[in-house]
Amino acid sequence: MALISDGRFIEDAWRRLADEEALPKTGKFIVSLPRLEHAVEVLGPTATFGVIVPNTTEPSALIAALPRLDLISIAFPAFADGRGFSLARLLRRAEFKGELRASGRLVADQYPHAIGCGFDTIEIPDDLADRQDEEQWRAALNAYSMSYQRGYAGRGSILEARRKAVRS
Amino acid sequence: MTAVDLRVAQRPNAPMTTYRYDEYDAAFVSERVAEFREQVNRRLSGALTEEEFRPFRLMNGLYLQLHAYMLRVAIPYGTLTARQMRRLADIADKWDKGYGHFTTRQNLQYNWPKLVDTPDILESLADVEMHAIQTSGNCIRNVTADHFAGVAPDEIEDPRPTAEFLRQWSSLHSEFSFLPRKFKIAVTGAAHDRAAILVHDIGLRIVKNDTGEIGYQVVVGGGLGRSPFIGKVVGDFVPREDLLAFLEAILRVYNRFGRRDNKYKARVKILVHEKGIDEIRAAVEAEFAAMDRSAFAHDPEEFERIAAFFAPPPYESLPATSALLRAAKLETPAFANFVDVNVGAHKIPGYAIVTVSLKPIGGVPGDATSAQMRVLADASERFGFGELRVSHEQNIILPHVKQDDLFALWSMLDAAGLATANAGLVSDIISCPGLDYCSLATARSIPIAQAISKRFSDMSRQRRIGKLGVKISGCINACGHHHVGAIGILGLEKKGQESYQITLGGDPTFSASIGEILGPGVTAEQVPDVVEHLVDYYLAEREEGEAFIDTWRRIGHARFKDVLRREGEDGADI
Ligand code: HEM
Ligand code: SF4
Repeated sequence: MALISDGRFIEDAWRRLADEEALPKTGKFIVSLPRLEHAVEVLGPTATFGVIVPNTTEPSALIAALPRLDLISIAFPAFADGRGFSLARLLRRAEFKGELRASGRLVADQYPHAIGCGFDTIEIPDDLADRQDEEQWRAALNAYSMSYQRGYAGRGSILEARRKAVRS
Repeated sequence: MTAVDLRVAQRPNAPMTTYRYDEYDAAFVSERVAEFREQVNRRLSGALTEEEFRPFRLMNGLYLQLHAYMLRVAIPYGTLTARQMRRLADIADKWDKGYGHFTTRQNLQYNWPKLVDTPDILESLADVEMHAIQTSGNCIRNVTADHFAGVAPDEIEDPRPTAEFLRQWSSLHSEFSFLPRKFKIAVTGAAHDRAAILVHDIGLRIVKNDTGEIGYQVVVGGGLGRSPFIGKVVGDFVPREDLLAFLEAILRVYNRFGRRDNKYKARVKILVHEKGIDEIRAAVEAEFAAMDRSAFAHDPEEFERIAAFFAPPPYESLPATSALLRAAKLETPAFANFVDVNVGAHKIPGYAIVTVSLKPIGGVPGDATSAQMRVLADASERFGFGELRVSHEQNIILPHVKQDDLFALWSMLDAAGLATANAGLVSDIISCPGLDYCSLATARSIPIAQAISKRFSDMSRQRRIGKLGVKISGCINACGHHHVGAIGILGLEKKGQESYQITLGGDPTFSASIGEILGPGVTAEQVPDVVEHLVDYYLAEREEGEAFIDTWRRIGHARFKDVLRREGEDGADI
C-alpha cells in the first residue's frame, strides 16, 4: 500500500489490525467497523486508534465514537463508486476533526474530488502507485486553481472570488 | 484568432444575449483542456488503464463508437453565437468529415475525431467559450432548457440564467462526479414544456407563487431508456434561494442510495420507483434540513450578474404585423408554407421565431454540413442579433427575426437547402444514430427516418396531417425518445433480423405520457407502410382541430390496433 498526503507519498504511521489480532496498548492502529464498539469500550482515553468502514456506512453508526476516533478510513470498492465522497462530507458535517482517509484503487485524477469532500489522505495499492507516481498526484492536486462549488474544501471558490471582486 | 473571428469580434452588433466567460470561467475551461491533454498522454504511456481513463474521457464528451471515437460538445441551454457556430464548422472541416450532428440534448456530436486530436479540438472550443465537459459519463450532464427561452410569449422567466447557474455549480463537482449513473437536468420557464422536463432525472419548472415570488417546481425520476418513467414532484415550490441546496440534497440521496449493482437499474428513476416518491421526498427533505445551507446561501448578485447576460437584444419598436410579410406570402407560396409551419410567435411585436429544420426530405435528422453551419451563422448575424439556438428536436432556431426580414432570410436558407418547411410535421423526425454509428444498436434508425420522410415527401399532405412527432431509436436505450413520440419506433433484433416495435400516444410535454405498444414488430420495409396507415386512419377519424395524439387519446389505442390487425388480414403482410 502507498499513502498520499499533501501531494506526496509518505510513510504510513498507522497499522491496520487484522480482526484476530489483540488490541495493542500503544501505537496508531485501525480496527474494522465490527470491532469499533468494543475498542471504544476497552481502550483508555489516550489510545490512538481509527476505524475502516465500508462506503455504505450510515454516519449515525459512527456518531457516538467520533470524539474518540483519530482516523476514519473509507473503503472505495471501485474507483468509480462515488459513495465514499458523500460519506466523507457527512462525517465532516458531523464535525469529525481527525484524519479522513480514502482507501482503494482511486486514481490520481480523483485527488481534487477527495480533497474537496474532506479527505486528508489516500491509500492505494502498490501496483497503482507504480503506474501513477507522486508527480501525477501532485499535478492532479494543482490541475485547477479554483472550483465552482462553495462549501467544499481545497481550492478557492469562484463564487467567493466574484463576490469579493464586486464588494471591493 | 482567424480573420473571420476578428471580423466578428469587431462587429458592433456582436451577440449580447448569451453568457460570456469571465476570467474564472476561462481559466477553468483551459485548465480542463490541459488536464485532458495530460490524461490522454497518460493513457498512451500506460499510466492510466483504459478502464481508469474511461470515466475521464467520458466526462470530456469522448465516447467510443462502432467505427471511431465520437466527441460530444455541449451547447449549454442550446444557445450559440454566430462565432461559436462558425467554430463548430471549422472543427468539422479540420478534424472531422465536414459535418456535425445536433442531438436531442442540445449537444453537437462529431463522429470521426481521433483521440490524439481531441485536446486540440477542446482547445479550439475553449477559445470560443465552449467545451465538452460532462456531456457524457456518470455525472451531472449538460443542463438543457427551452429552446424558445427569452422569446416565447408564454414565459414566466427566461430559464437560461438558472441553467447557467447550474452549469457552473455542476462543473467538476467534487462530490457528484462518480454517481451511480448519468444525471440529466432540464429547465423550463414557460407554460408549454418544450424541454421535456418530465422525462429528465430532474426537471425544473419556473413558477410564481400567490405572492408573486419566483420559485421552482422540482420533478425527479423521469427518464426514457429501457424503463421509461414520468418524473414526480419532489418539491412543489422551492424558492430560488434554496434551489442549490435542494438539488444538492437530491444528488446526495441519489449518490448514496442509487443502485450500483446493475447499471440498468442505476438511474434515479429506478430509485424513485423502488422506494416511492414519498420516501424519496422525506429523505431529501431530511437531508435539506440537516445541511449547512449557509454554504449555498443564495447570492442574488451572482444570479443577477448571470441574468444580465441574457438581457433582450436591442429590438426595434415595430407594428405587430408586417405588410411586407403579408405581400411576400401572397407572392411566393413556398415562402408562405415556410412561414405557416416554421415560424412562431415572438413576445416582441413585429418579430418572429424561426425554426430551421435539419430534416430535409430523405436526409439524416440533425446533421449539418460545415457550409450549412456557416450559412446559419451568417443568417443569424444578418437577421437575428447573431444568436442561434439548438432544439431537442434537433433543429436550429433563429430566435429574433424581424417579420419584415423573413422573406430575405427564407431566400438565403432556401439557397442553402435549409428551408424545409416541416417543423413539427411528420417528417421532422427525431432519430438516434442507430446501427450506422452506434455500437449498442440492434437495428438501423437513420434509414428508417429517411424512408418515412420520403414516403411523406408531398409537403401539402404533411401540412394536412399537421403536428405529429415521429421518434426513432435503434435500441432499447431510447436515445431517439421513441417513448414520447406520438408515433414511436424502436428498432430491435429478432432472430438476426431487424424488427421494429411501434408505439402510439407518447408525449414529452407537461401532459407527458409514454407510448403504448401497437402490436407485433414489423420489418424495416413495412415501417413506412404502417406509419402511413396509421396516419390515414387518423385523418379519417379526426375532428376539427385535433392533432394525431388528440384523436388517439379520444378514440383510444384499441381502435388504432385494429388498423394494424385489419391491414394484416387484408394480406398487406404486416
Ligand atoms: C452512438 C453513441 C451513443 C451511445 C453509445 C449511447 C448510449 C446511450 C445509452 C446506453 C443510453 C441509456 C442510458 C440509460 O438510460 O441508463 C442512452 C440514452 C440516451 N441517449 Fe444515447 N447514446 C449514443 C448516442 C446518442 C445520441 C446521438 C443522442 C441524441 C440524438 C443520444 C441521446 C440520448 C438520450 C436523450 C437518452 C435518453 C435516455 C434518458 O435520458 O433516460 N444518445 N444513450
Ligand atoms: S438508442 Fe441505442 S442505437 Fe440509438 S444511439 Fe442510443 S444506444 Fe445507440
